[in-house]
Amino acid sequence: MISSLIVAFVVGGLICVVGQILMDGLKLTPAHTMSTLVVSGSILDGFGLYEPLIAFAGAGATVPITSFGNSLTHGALAEAEKHGLIGVLTGMFEVTSSGISAAILFGIIAAFIFQKRNTTY
Amino acid sequence: MDQKQFEDIVDKQNPKTPMFTNMLKAFLVGGIICTIGQLLVFFYIRFFSFTERTAANPTAATLVFIAMLLTGFGYYKKISQFAGAGSAVPITGFGNSVVSAAIEHKTEGYVLGVGGNMFKLAGSVIVFGVLSAFFVALIKTILVKIGVVSW
Amino acid sequence: MVKANGTIQFTEKPSIASTGVTVGPMEKDSPFASAFDEILLLEKEKNESYEEANTRFIEKACAITVKKGHEKMENIDVFIGGDLINQLSPTNFAARKLKIPYLGVFSACASSVESLIIGSLLLESGKASSILAGASSHHPAVERQFRYPLEYGAQKPKTAQWTVTAAGFALLQKQVKNAPIITHGTIGRVVDGKQANPLHMGAAMAPAARDTIERHLTNTNSKVSDFDVIMTGDLGKIGLNILKDMFTDEDCHVILQDAGAQFYGEDTFFNAGASGAGCSAAVFLSHIYNQLQNGTFKRVLLVATGALLSPLTFQQGETIPCIAHAIECRMEKRN
Repeated sequence: MISSLIVAFVVGGLICVVGQILMDGLKLTPAHTMSTLVVSGSILDGFGLYEPLIAFAGAGATVPITSFGNSLTHGALAEAEKHGLIGVLTGMFEVTSSGISAAILFGIIAAFIFQKRNTTY
Repeated sequence: MDQKQFEDIVDKQNPKTPMFTNMLKAFLVGGIICTIGQLLVFFYIRFFSFTERTAANPTAATLVFIAMLLTGFGYYKKISQFAGAGSAVPITGFGNSVVSAAIEHKTEGYVLGVGGNMFKLAGSVIVFGVLSAFFVALIKTILVKIGVVSW
Repeated sequence: MVKANGTIQFTEKPSIASTGVTVGPMEKDSPFASAFDEILLLEKEKNESYEEANTRFIEKACAITVKKGHEKMENIDVFIGGDLINQLSPTNFAARKLKIPYLGVFSACASSVESLIIGSLLLESGKASSILAGASSHHPAVERQFRYPLEYGAQKPKTAQWTVTAAGFALLQKQVKNAPIITHGTIGRVVDGKQANPLHMGAAMAPAARDTIERHLTNTNSKVSDFDVIMTGDLGKIGLNILKDMFTDEDCHVILQDAGAQFYGEDTFFNAGASGAGCSAAVFLSHIYNQLQNGTFKRVLLVATGALLSPLTFQQGETIPCIAHAIECRMEKRN
């Protein structure tokens, strides 16, 4: 179990470092950086590389935003394998991303319960 | 003074971005968040009979819930000033972008304000994720059909 | 009269009879804090929006200004104000309460001096005798319009500046005894230094500041050392160094100062320093005003700098054109 935690730590940390390089080195905005990482996750799955990464690093690969690109692509490819080209569309929309649903739900809940704050240090 | 001379002065006065320190901090915080994620995965497998693969879903939801609390109480942005990509890249960063926009726009009402602006920052991630998945899957499917690669 | 390059000499002695400056809680540790009239402890009250809070800061500053000038609000001829929010809503809503004939102005963070120049022109023309002029900004209101929601975790670089929550207003009347006089105004030109980074405004605004200062010096036949201080509004620490490098005059290094660079002292939390229409308004109309009144300064040039970008222009890949308006203030010998 400890080794899984260490691998998750290192792989997750490294993906974040890539993000930091995009932000500091290439001077991309956060939105540009995240979009780039999502697309990267998607492309890596296209090459069949992201699933092995998940098997190796667990949460180190599923927690970063790259995994969102991966799961969308993975769903699309799984359906395409079964049903051909039309599967590309149906598979994508079949994937329910718990991350997005949670963000929407907790976003609106937060808007209900939290007050807009004053600026602090 | 011409443009080149001015640009030289701007460059000379530009503070150096502490890239290495930023990368280290991002690595640390990003690693910690993913480790917490891994602990949550074990928790869900052990106590809620999820499997290795399906445990990623409640884990993502839990992390977004935590991000909501940290954002609402004003801590997320302090973590982010330190961690940079370390807090922006994990799913918690996605949660923070949605929750912070939602809270910010409650003064404009729930429908137009919160509903209409919630994805101001996170929208591009979803749009380009879907677009990329479409093209990658399309290209790979075509390549498989013509026999260049296999599934 | 208006000279060829935008400098106006005021012969009717428009004077700053009194001032009023309100700031928010984040500004309470400023080195200038003792000069501010009121530090409002709540940046935003419970059921207020940030924009409504901005209005509250303006109304308070105006009330203080008029009271200190021993005047009544109903005797003010014109209210001139500006802020950074879309369509000047905070100032519009403050004007709604004040019920004075109103001119809203916008030149981003240079709005403070723009108001003072227009006010002085009205006095000079003899068409008005009491003017309330100034500008304001409100940190979270500006952040959410130009940058990100307040709670969003975007990492700020060292060149970033912090928009102040402050409102600064002045009561302008002609020939007030023992009050600083506005002798000249130089209207800024839009100057584009081809900078496109909204997180490094100092670099974008420096060329505009230089253009205005040089025109002012040429048109008034003065040199840098004739002034006790030439203070820009919000170039910030890095922008000020850029501006100093753009001048060859050695005196610049002491005499050229920046309100934004000094506003929060050495606290690195605020990165390159303060910015905002309220920054120049608050410092010029409190600290500098006091130094003129007590005779420490006799002749100053106040150059408010503004970055004329919008959230859209940045997304459209445009650079950031800027403008700097200046007024020269002098303190005559006390009678």
